[in-house]
Amino acid sequence: MSHIPEELSYTKTHEWVRTNGGEVLVGITDFAQEQLGDLTFVELPEVGDVLDAGFEMGSVESVKAASELYSPVSGEVVAVNELLESEPGLVNEDPYGDGWMVRIKMSTEPEGLLSADDYQALTEA
Amino acid sequence: MPDLKTTPLTQWHRAQDAKMAPFAGWDMPIQYSSILSEHTHTRSQASVFDICHMGEFLISGTKARETLSQVVTHNLTTLAPGRCRYGFLLNPQGGIIDDLIVYCLADDEFLLVVNGARTEVDFAWIQDHLGAQASIADISEETAKIDLQGPQSFEVLNQALNADFTHLKYFGFTRHEFAGAPLLVSRTGYTGELGVELYLGPDNALALWDLLLADERVKPAGLGARDTLRLEMGLPLYGQDLDENHTPAEAGYEALLTSEADYIGKGKDRDVREKLVSVKTPGRMSPRHGDVIRYSGQDVGVITSGSFAPSLGCGIGLGYVRADKAEHNDPYSIDKKRSLLPLDQVPLPFYTQGTARMKLQSS
Repeated sequence: MSHIPEELSYTKTHEWVRTNGGEVLVGITDFAQEQLGDLTFVELPEVGDVLDAGFEMGSVESVKAASELYSPVSGEVVAVNELLESEPGLVNEDPYGDGWMVRIKMSTEPEGLLSADDYQALTEA
Repeated sequence: MPDLKTTPLTQWHRAQDAKMAPFAGWDMPIQYSSILSEHTHTRSQASVFDICHMGEFLISGTKARETLSQVVTHNLTTLAPGRCRYGFLLNPQGGIIDDLIVYCLADDEFLLVVNGARTEVDFAWIQDHLGAQASIADISEETAKIDLQGPQSFEVLNQALNADFTHLKYFGFTRHEFAGAPLLVSRTGYTGELGVELYLGPDNALALWDLLLADERVKPAGLGARDTLRLEMGLPLYGQDLDENHTPAEAGYEALLTSEADYIGKGKDRDVREKLVSVKTPGRMSPRHGDVIRYSGQDVGVITSGSFAPSLGCGIGLGYVRADKAEHNDPYSIDKKRSLLPLDQVPLPFYTQGTARMKLQSS
């Protein structure tokens, strides 16, 4: 059973979102890191990049495969977790903490995010 | 998936909650804990791998050596009992039907070990082309295979079986006993580390597996780690780096073609239209199977195997490139979505610290 914190929001593409005022912190879920296995490379957007909700913002690679990261909200990237460049395994070890990926300043209210219960239902489907 | 075949160890893997996936028609373990940790453990200590999906054939008869020499590329005239050799089964165009190891069990008896996914194709082909003075039997069902690989594998094996196998040279094998039944111990493998491939009857496979794992230096490793380990050595995987459209010379094995027998595909096996190149990336982003290889604005080839290399900390890959674009010092590249991934051509093996050929006895 993967860990799905109650207080976070989620996307169908397995990103988690922690809202704090007008900003959100984003990473990938425990379920996603478990499915991917050991991450070996994380490609993130750059600070200052403007993102559209639902569009690709980067990618993650595991030993066996690569998959895309999608921005859960629209806005501007204000910080990225630079530690992941040399230590992508942090995402496996602590997906909701040290393995965070980007901080985004929202330009509009988020839409269509899932609650923890809805996300759990998705992972069990 | 009702049609997947199971090995004598499948239940054990499932009980360990291993990540399972279909491979070559078999229900096989991909990883138990993590590919990276299983990879590192194999390079530093010792791991066991369930390799029961491989196929095994027995060729016997007074003319076994002569007639088998007409079918495989292996130079059998110089293969003595107790030794085995790597080579190919070719179609008349020189394309690779399979890569396989031939064991000389006796002057008139040979064991062939083939890829699981190719067992039926290979058997039919060899049966059709083998002369009347030899017979072939498919003993895959009666044969289990466990690989024990890693620098500590011989210490583990000697202790577990209360015997001394250090006399075995690389690509040498010996017959032993386990639980009162035959056990073939072969100093070969697919990881680049010191190790053995163990062949025995399926009834005793679980007992041997448990015995080896009782040694605290040993952990199980799945096909995920097996793939990164073999790729770091530049060892090809059939179906990706080897296929019926490529010759041994294209795959880089021309030096192996020393047999003087008139085997199927002889002559054509030296044709070269493309070359398998080995490439390395400057960072962690890795080439992937199917990525198009580019050189000075042109598409010149395709990655056949690509992965992050855990022992090297960068991406590595093998890929076929047009022969006229295969020999130069300039980097290739792959167009990734958001960036250009440069590929430097490097010699094999990618990983040079492997212990496979390590000397075990001073002589």
